[in-house]
Amino acid sequence: MQRIGVFVCHCGTNIAATVDVSKVAEAAKHEPGVVYAVDYTFMCSEAGQDLIAQAIKDYGLTAIVVCSCSPRMHEATFRKVAEENGVNPYMVEIANIREQCSWVHKDMEEGTPKAITLMKTAVAKVNLDSPLQDGEAPVTKRALVIGGGIAGIQTALDIADCGYKVDIVEKDQTIGGRMAQLDKTFPTLDCSSCILTPRMTEVNQHPNIRLFTYSEVQEVSGFVGNFDVKILKKSRSVREKDCTGCGVCMTKCPSKKIPNEFNRGLNFRTAINIPFAQAIPNVPVIDKEHCIHFKTGKCGICAKVCPSHAVDYEIKDEVIEEKYGAIVVATGFNQIDLHKFGELGYGVSKNVISSLEYERIMSATGPTGGHIVRPSDGKEPKDIVFIQCVGSRCAPGDKRGKTYCSKICCMYTAKQSIMTCDHIPGAKCHVFYIDVRTPGKLFDEFYRRAVEQYGVDYIKGNVGKVTELPNGKLRVHGADLLDQKEIELDTDMVVLAGAIEPNPGIRPLATKLTLSIDNDNFLNEAHAKLHPVEAATAGVFMAGTVQGPKDIPETVAQAGAAAVKAVALLAKDKLKTNPCVAQPDELYCNGCSVCANVCPYGAITYIEKEVRDHGLRETRRLAQVNPSLCKGCGACTVACPSGAMNLKGFTNRQIMAEVDSVCQ
Amino acid sequence: MTPDEMKARDYILKIYDGDFTKCMHCGKCSASCAAYSAMDIKPHQFPSYMAHGKITELMNSKTIWECLGCSDCIERCPRDVKPGKLIDAVRQAVTRQRGGSHLYPEEIPAMVNPDMPQQLLVSVLRRERK
Repeated sequence: MQRIGVFVCHCGTNIAATVDVSKVAEAAKHEPGVVYAVDYTFMCSEAGQDLIAQAIKDYGLTAIVVCSCSPRMHEATFRKVAEENGVNPYMVEIANIREQCSWVHKDMEEGTPKAITLMKTAVAKVNLDSPLQDGEAPVTKRALVIGGGIAGIQTALDIADCGYKVDIVEKDQTIGGRMAQLDKTFPTLDCSSCILTPRMTEVNQHPNIRLFTYSEVQEVSGFVGNFDVKILKKSRSVREKDCTGCGVCMTKCPSKKIPNEFNRGLNFRTAINIPFAQAIPNVPVIDKEHCIHFKTGKCGICAKVCPSHAVDYEIKDEVIEEKYGAIVVATGFNQIDLHKFGELGYGVSKNVISSLEYERIMSATGPTGGHIVRPSDGKEPKDIVFIQCVGSRCAPGDKRGKTYCSKICCMYTAKQSIMTCDHIPGAKCHVFYIDVRTPGKLFDEFYRRAVEQYGVDYIKGNVGKVTELPNGKLRVHGADLLDQKEIELDTDMVVLAGAIEPNPGIRPLATKLTLSIDNDNFLNEAHAKLHPVEAATAGVFMAGTVQGPKDIPETVAQAGAAAVKAVALLAKDKLKTNPCVAQPDELYCNGCSVCANVCPYGAITYIEKEVRDHGLRETRRLAQVNPSLCKGCGACTVACPSGAMNLKGFTNRQIMAEVDSVCQ
Repeated sequence: MTPDEMKARDYILKIYDGDFTKCMHCGKCSASCAAYSAMDIKPHQFPSYMAHGKITELMNSKTIWECLGCSDCIERCPRDVKPGKLIDAVRQAVTRQRGGSHLYPEEIPAMVNPDMPQQLLVSVLRRERK
């Protein structure tokens, strides 16, 4: 028989206002096994903890029930008190009489009896608790960063600088991500490439960092501290160690009419290609879909002209297997497809472009060498209309857009309009806005500069439609909601600030990593406020726009946070594992495989084992649980038709005892 | 709001069958509206007029007779407010009141324009007459 102590917390008035705590403590005294019961203002305080410690000594307690807040808040606190005073930490049960009782009831008449019931169930369960020991698992001292944009680059550098090995897996042929495509950055107007490329070089040269570009994560198994990852390294058809990045192959390649993805399709590239001069690695990839040699077996010019004989059409895809202790997901964002906004003329008129396309036009490495010109005829626009919130802030279920604010558009639109005025003297910029949202250091000042110093015409209102006129101009029909007047503007170019969304590759990746994602494909955090860079899956962290819209400084800050969390994990020699895992009873198990089929973590396997059952010796097929893979979800225990599977700390008997105590 | 206005408001809401509180005042409806310049209360103002109980103003507005019912605003509204349906609901609340019709067959000959499809006249007559 256990000697149980029951400790009822007031939580100030959080619990005591709607639950008569002394009544709960009094009722506890009549429960089987209870030798001591008391109520106190704050059980989690030092004085409260001392109260528990003293009671353990005075009454020789073997089990403890704390009636307080959710176990997510203070279970660890009370387990520690128990452990320090010689009671097994798994002999502690929490009855949640705050979130699930006092907070949801209005008065003591409802709250008190429910709190008593909750206390009784905890006592019933703790009576059947048995001491458990934490397991141990080793930690692989290497981190994997998925995505080589600024988020992934910063995370990798921070982890590597702490002395741990890091691998970056990047799906494109170069690292750099979206930031490499941008022209200037707000609000300081420093050149995006100029601040990014030194970081890219640093990654390339860091002794602790390995780069897998043009590669994808193929398969992930294992668990926190011990992930087994298969990385598919796609064939570039160019030997990285031999290529010098001279670019002769690109000048000679006859397949020249492929839309250039890096420039958002604004110009063409060759089938063998390096997207931009500062690419890392500075080694081309042969696009097999468009290469004449791969399509017809002819051509082969690049192999002939390569001065270092680096082109090799026979290189095959390679699968690399590696172990990692921690994984950081930093797969970034894309702009939504704007073709759905037919009334705004995207895809109909060449001079209606997305804001990311405009970044490429403004960039010195872009298709026009940084000269702002109209895509249709290469003429300098004198009048430009920017339209904000295209596809952002829509109602749930909207066919074309997203419910969230994309956060960066207000600032980059102000930047693009300022840069336009700087590039083209006398240019007139108009911005159609719904709200201007510029919270951030020196952000609003920057927006005001666009209005006051550059004379950018901010129009409160939206655009109904954009039509192309026979003279090549675009007619913008809109409404000015402040002046209450209709607007008809003839302009040279229209730039759409389209919403951003997570890269579509996150969906299959989230499945591989068992991560949870929201309706918009952003990753869910383990806790929105207190665990903002941790995924719900232990050992997986996140950085950058894969978690939600954010700008570069926020991304870099988050990358540092994710790196610290990963390092905190890698710094440990051993990880404690949860002992509350599934355990099959050999004598009940009939080897039916139902549990293995429902296990989401692949923790259950089968063995042939000789058992003795009532004097009979026979070999049976039995379920076996790998405790380091089991997460203790309990799916197998409910699926098992013969009741052979039990979750330690939550056995079937304990659950039934809890139900019984509620029904009494 | 007077009791009559409250009654009218409930009636409008019943026909409207939408949620004007979703409006974020972006002005997409007004920007899309072909009849915008002829309207006194603009489409994007309807949600705030409703919210502030200015029902009489809405019912006396020119807008409800100028709206062509083309549904562009409904189609393009990013917040699913359905401004066109709201305007239509106010108009129906007016036409279903006791009192005169807003268009009579004898007025039509003066309106006939050879470029105008006949179907338009028929539908306008149906809409604006008891």
